[in-house]
Amino acid sequence: MSARENLPQLEPQLRPVSPSGIEVPVSVGPEAVQAENIGVAGEYPFTRGIFPDGFQGRLWTIRQYSGFGTAEESNERYKFLLEKGQTGLSVALDLPTQCGLDPVHPMARPEIGKVGVSLSNLSEAEILFKDLDLARISTSFTINGTAAIIYAMYLAVADKQGVPRSKLTGTIQNDILKEYVARGTWIFPVRPSMRLIADSILYSNEVSPRFNPISIAGAHVRDAGATAAEEMAYTLANGLAYVDELQARGGDVEKFAKRLSFFFYVHMDFFDEIAKFRAGRRLWARLMKERYGVQDPKAQHFRFGVVCGGSSLVAPQPYNNVVRVAVETMAAVLGGAQSIFTCAFDEAFQIPTEFSAELAVRTQQIIAFESGIGRTVDPLGGSYFLEQHTDRMEAEITKVMGEIDAYGGVVRAIEDGWIQLRLAERGLERKLDTDSGHNVIVGQNHFKKADEEVKVGEVFKLDPTVAQRALEKFQRTLDTRQQSEVDRTLARLSVAAAKDDENLMPYLVECCHAYATVGEMVACLKEQWGEFKEPVNL
Amino acid sequence: MTVQPTSAALAAKRILIGKPGLDGHDIGAKIIALTLRNAGAEVIYTGLRRSPLQIAQVAVDEGVDAVGLSILSGSHKELVAQVMEQLRELKAEGIKVFVGGTIPAEDQAHLHGLGVAAIFTADMPLDSVVRALAKSLA
Repeated sequence: MSARENLPQLEPQLRPVSPSGIEVPVSVGPEAVQAENIGVAGEYPFTRGIFPDGFQGRLWTIRQYSGFGTAEESNERYKFLLEKGQTGLSVALDLPTQCGLDPVHPMARPEIGKVGVSLSNLSEAEILFKDLDLARISTSFTINGTAAIIYAMYLAVADKQGVPRSKLTGTIQNDILKEYVARGTWIFPVRPSMRLIADSILYSNEVSPRFNPISIAGAHVRDAGATAAEEMAYTLANGLAYVDELQARGGDVEKFAKRLSFFFYVHMDFFDEIAKFRAGRRLWARLMKERYGVQDPKAQHFRFGVVCGGSSLVAPQPYNNVVRVAVETMAAVLGGAQSIFTCAFDEAFQIPTEFSAELAVRTQQIIAFESGIGRTVDPLGGSYFLEQHTDRMEAEITKVMGEIDAYGGVVRAIEDGWIQLRLAERGLERKLDTDSGHNVIVGQNHFKKADEEVKVGEVFKLDPTVAQRALEKFQRTLDTRQQSEVDRTLARLSVAAAKDDENLMPYLVECCHAYATVGEMVACLKEQWGEFKEPVNL
Repeated sequence: MTVQPTSAALAAKRILIGKPGLDGHDIGAKIIALTLRNAGAEVIYTGLRRSPLQIAQVAVDEGVDAVGLSILSGSHKELVAQVMEQLRELKAEGIKVFVGGTIPAEDQAHLHGLGVAAIFTADMPLDSVVRALAKSLA
C-alpha cells in the first residue's frame, strides 16, 4: 500500500479558473477596473489597507507559535525567548484544558501536556508566568471553548502580581463558532457559548482595554478544505454573528468593534490570497458602516493575522515547502496582514527543528528587508487584473454569505450541521482533485522522483513524567486550597449562569482566585447549559 | 473532475468511523466516512470525543465489519490499545480495526502489533484506501 501506486491521470496545466472558482481571463484591460472600489490606503472602504503609511509606518509582527509540556518548562522557554528580544508570548494549551477537563478525568489522561501546556487552575498559571512582567509582555492564547476561563485566570495572575488589569496586552482566540465547524473544542451549546464570548469581550473592553478578547479565525476551515472565498465568507459571517450577540447584550458597536481581529491561512494561489484580503477588508468596512452605522474608522478596520503553510505543505520533497512559504508570505504582505506566522518546512510531518524554525523566521526577514515589496502601501493596487479579481472575489464571498443567510444564519446552520457537512463535502472534493492530479502539488502528485525517501529529522518525544507531575500538582492544589471558598464561588457562578443578564466574567475571576479548577467551572456551567449535541448527519 | 472510487466488495459492509479521545480534527474522518459511503458501504460516524469503550460498544451494537479510528493528536498508541482491549472484552475480536491520521512511520509496526489491519495517512489516494479496505474485508 503506497501513495505512489496511482499515477495521476491529468497533465499539469494552467486553467482559466482560480481555486476559489473565479474565472481568470488571459488578459485584462482598464475596462475591468471600477475606480470607486479602489480608493486610497487608510480611507474607507480600506481596499488598499487600513493605514495610509502601510509597512513603512509599522512592519507586520513576526509571530511564531510554540508551547509544550508543563508550566515550569514553558516558563523557562518564555524567559529564554524574552532574553532573545521577543516581546510577545504565544501559549498553546493541551486538549484537556481546551475541552474543560481536569487532568484526573479519564478522557484527559492520554492527552495531558501533549499539544500544549496543562493549565488546570491558578497555581499552574502562577508558575507559567513566574518572574514575567505581565505589564510589559503581550500574551496570545490559542483557546476557545474555555477562553473566558483562561482569560479570567490571566486577570487573576495579574492581580496576584500586582499588575493593573488595564496594562494587560495580548489575545485570546475565543472564537467558538469555527470550533463547531472545524476545530472541535466546543463544550456548551451554541447559544450559551455566544453569551460567554460576548461577556468576555464586553468585560475586557472595560477592564483590559488594550487586550484583544477575540480573534475570529477562518484558518481552520481553510485547512479543512474550504476555498479562499469560503474561508473569508464563513469568517465574516461568524464575525457578524458576534457583533449581533454583542449588541444584543448591550455592547456599543463603536467601541467593541475596535477590538475585533481576524485570523486566516495563506495557501498557494497568489492572487486568490491577495484578493481575499483586499475584498474581505472592504466588505467588513462596508458591513460595519452600512449595516451597523459605525462611524469611527477604527471600528471599521479589518485587522488580521495570518499563518502561511498548513495543509499547503506536504511531506514529499520537503524543501519545496520553503519556496511555498516564501510565496505565501509575499501574498500576505501584498494583502496587508498585521501579523504573520510562517510554518517551518518540516511541519507537515514533524515538530520543527531549530534549523527549520529559524529558516521560517528568516523567510519573513528576507521578504521584509531585502525584497522591498513592503515599502509602498498596496503596491499592486490599480492593477487591472488584481482589481478585477478582488471585485470577483468579493462577489464570491458575498454569494457564500448569502447562502448562509438564506439557510437561517450561522448559528442555525451550525446547530443543524449544515456548514459542517458542506465543509466535509468540500474537503472530499479537494482530496479527489489532488488524487486525480487536477490540483497540482509538485513532488506529491506531479514531478515525483522514483523511490523517494522523506528524510525525517528529530521527532518530538514527550517527557513521560509530564502527566504524572501534572496529576501530583493537581492533587496538591486540591489539598491546600480552601474548599469552602471554592464551593462559595462556584455556587455564585451557578446562580449567575442561570440568569441571562449577568456578565459571568467577575464570577469566573472569583472562582480562579479561589483555585477552583477549569474542570469544576466547566462542570458548573454544563449543569446550567448542557453540552453541545454534535450533529453527525453525514 | 471528482471521480468517486467505488467497490462492489464494500457494498454489504457496515463500517464505524470513530474519533477516540479529545482530538477535534475531524475533516479526515468525515472525508473517509463520505468516501466509504459513496463506495457502497454503510457508514456510521461517532462524532467527536468518544471513549474507547463507547466506540467498542457502538461497534458491537451496530454489528459492524470494521472500525476506522481517526487520531491526529499523537495519542494513537494509547487510544488504539484501549479500543482493541474493549473489543476483546466484548468478544468482538472479529471486527477489523483500521487507523488513520498523523501516524509516524516508526509507530506503524507497533500499531500493527496491536492488531491493526491497516494504517492510512493523509497523502494516500482515497482510491487506494477503498481498495485496501475492500481487500481486507473480502
